[in-house]
Amino acid sequence: MAEKEKSKIMFLMRKAAHGSIYAYEGLEAILIMGAFEQEISVAFIDDGVFVLKKEQDTKPLGVKEFSRTFKTLEDFDITNIYADRESLEQRGLTADDLIIPVKVMEAGEIAKLMEGQDVLLPF
Amino acid sequence: MLHTINKSPFFSNNLESCLRFAKDGDPIMLYEDGVYAVLAGTKIEPAMKDALKKHPVYAIEADVKARGITKVLESVYLCDYSCFVGLVEQHLVSPWF
Repeated sequence: MAEKEKSKIMFLMRKAAHGSIYAYEGLEAILIMGAFEQEISVAFIDDGVFVLKKEQDTKPLGVKEFSRTFKTLEDFDITNIYADRESLEQRGLTADDLIIPVKVMEAGEIAKLMEGQDVLLPF
Repeated sequence: MLHTINKSPFFSNNLESCLRFAKDGDPIMLYEDGVYAVLAGTKIEPAMKDALKKHPVYAIEADVKARGITKVLESVYLCDYSCFVGLVEQHLVSPWF
């Protein structure tokens, strides 16, 4: 099979963790694309920033606590991880409240990164 | 970059977030319940009027008509799905859903 150039793929995570399947499905898709060694970046926007909130305890709810799985992204060399400053602020969060290191950026800066992608995948 | 919205702006913040991230000149396509944003006389109208100064705004006419939206904000382009496809062909697509 012909060698295909890497695609630049940005995941836009905009939904909270446990109220819908979006965030979990997004994480799975990121890991799959990461395994295919594409150029991945991930931006957490709106309620998506809640996905990375520290101290999630899902035992009483009886569902999987998948936020810790985001820690494995760096094993896939996925280090371009961004969070929208306004989304964090509106929810009373800072980068310190998140389970992995993120680059906190203004909407305009994230928008510029979006423009440079081959594909945008919203979750 | 083409931004697409298919949820009512009274139900979700998709339109709001789209407008925060969209660059001036980026086209915005409203379809399904997203077309409620083009109804004149709502609380969304000021934000939409502002958006219309910065972006070409398209709405699927069949969706607009199906919802009884007769008072459409000025300078919104009412179009069909072939126009939607044409825009998708020309732009990187950012769906807000």
